[in-house]
Amino acid sequence: MQIIVTGILLSGTYALIALGLTLQYGVARIMNLANGETLVAGCFIAFWLFASFAINPILGLFIIAPLAFAFNWGIYQVALKPLVDRAKNRGQLEVDSILATFGLMFLLQGLMISGFGGEYHSYQFLSERFEIFGSAYGLNRVVAFIAAVVIAAVLYYFLYRTRLGTAVRAVAVDPNSANLVAIDVAKVAAVTFALGGALTACGGALLSTFYTFNASMGVTFTMKALIIVIMGGVGDVRGAVVAALILGIAETLVATYIDPGLTIAATYTLFIIILLVRPQGIFGRRTT
Amino acid sequence: MSELPFGITQKELRIGIGIAVAAGIAALLPLFDQGYYLSLSVNLMLYAALCTAWTLFSGPTHYVSLASAAFFGLGTYAVALGVESIPFPILVAFGAVAAAILAGLVGAATLRLSGVYFVIFTLGLAELVRQVVTWAQAKFTGKTGLYVFTDFREMHIFWMLLALTIAIFITGWLINRSRLGFAMQIIGNDETVARHVGIDTARSKILLFMISGAFIGIAGAICAPRYAYIQPPSAFNPQISFLVVIMALLGGTKRLWGPLVGVVPFIFVMDFVAARLPNQMPIVMGIAFLAIVYFVPNGVTGVLEKALAKWKARNAPAPQAVADKPAEVRP
Repeated sequence: MQIIVTGILLSGTYALIALGLTLQYGVARIMNLANGETLVAGCFIAFWLFASFAINPILGLFIIAPLAFAFNWGIYQVALKPLVDRAKNRGQLEVDSILATFGLMFLLQGLMISGFGGEYHSYQFLSERFEIFGSAYGLNRVVAFIAAVVIAAVLYYFLYRTRLGTAVRAVAVDPNSANLVAIDVAKVAAVTFALGGALTACGGALLSTFYTFNASMGVTFTMKALIIVIMGGVGDVRGAVVAALILGIAETLVATYIDPGLTIAATYTLFIIILLVRPQGIFGRRTT
Repeated sequence: MSELPFGITQKELRIGIGIAVAAGIAALLPLFDQGYYLSLSVNLMLYAALCTAWTLFSGPTHYVSLASAAFFGLGTYAVALGVESIPFPILVAFGAVAAAILAGLVGAATLRLSGVYFVIFTLGLAELVRQVVTWAQAKFTGKTGLYVFTDFREMHIFWMLLALTIAIFITGWLINRSRLGFAMQIIGNDETVARHVGIDTARSKILLFMISGAFIGIAGAICAPRYAYIQPPSAFNPQISFLVVIMALLGGTKRLWGPLVGVVPFIFVMDFVAARLPNQMPIVMGIAFLAIVYFVPNGVTGVLEKALAKWKARNAPAPQAVADKPAEVRP
């Protein structure tokens, strides 16, 4: 029971990170391998706000999210838009965007290492006991989970109950047809990419309240987010949430019963099962 | 024109002789310098072998493989585990087989699907193998590393890597002449067409990936004596995978010799960066990736070929000058 609750609490932040990536890949068609670096930047900004200005990380989200939105919008317009325009087909764009975001990944990682050093950081925020079903958990983990749920709910409302959200989903299904019904695909893609970045940065800020982080851990999280996205089905919001839950629980199980050093092996086992059994994801539709 | 055996053309014979002469000159290098330049040349040779082996698979298929570090590390570990009891050449073969098996498994899981799955899978592969090896080592042997003591010196490693590079080139040339090479050409141009003419595309890709992986495993095995003490983080260093991709793409992957054009300048850049700005390595790699995508998407050889084609078209406006490479007719 304790393991399942720990896993669920962990999966809240995973879900936010994966939602960010699934929007970027599913709608803007950019496989953003620098996603983990956005997350780490979120961690560091939350840390900096807390340490220097004593700003509560939850309130810090209101600063971090717009910052990340603007930053990712800029990246999309400057670095990725030319690739989208240049690409002759989807495959070409995929290869180009993978290589370009690798470049961004190393660049951002290098800049953060120069800025913050390579060592691990953490800070004390709400590190008190909190009891669920008779076992104790860190209050910071519970608060981070609740914040993640609230953000995901707002995102769901945006996607399914607003005009712009409907446009985003239309572009995810088919950019060419979306264009025909007077949706500005280029604009929607840019906004969605930026929104994805903001979600990921929020995930990072929440993660930093209970996790020890350093400047070079981004790739691990990109990896986990990618596996969640594929497991849930690319561009699928519900799928990403369910897959994040599965991954969070699986990781906690392996870390508790086998070895904490084998978490990547656990995620990979899930990944292989998905690839062999259902490569389109849990909720994904088979494409031809 | 006299008949040559095995249907080798005059042009191929000339190229072969040229390569043999170049390799002969390169082999003499350790006799002149035993220090810094030899060490630099070993790196150069290592990445020449790795990038060419990478291009063997990724050139025709356009799949970006980041598995190099995993294969390399397996080769290194194969040698480290048995160096005290088993002869070196057999261990190198073990390394090749282990890498080929891993490549086969990865290929079977991902190469039936689109390229993105493959990139993602290989991205974490080195980390996965490293975790498993670290865990197994701690659990079953209680050690964190292995010593590799051999009589090999830097010059021997250089010669072995040179021989390996030549072997990769010969293999690449043989593949091009084989049914597999022909199938890869069709798959590279249009996979749907390839499937419709009866090519088992997944099987061909997996086979090629295994060959490429085996060579990278051999390179890792050859380099094991260089480390002396081997730990999982140094053997499965993910940087190897990324450097291989950067150098190969910088050179261009349309021709098998393309990566060499990228390896030579980049090794000097790396050497400079490692000596002067060791902490700025990620930034340099990031800029290299971005520069390749935006400025030389087809590699340096792509740029040269374009320039050559233009120059040819201007000097001889004959129709055959437009053709990239004259088709060779074989009986």
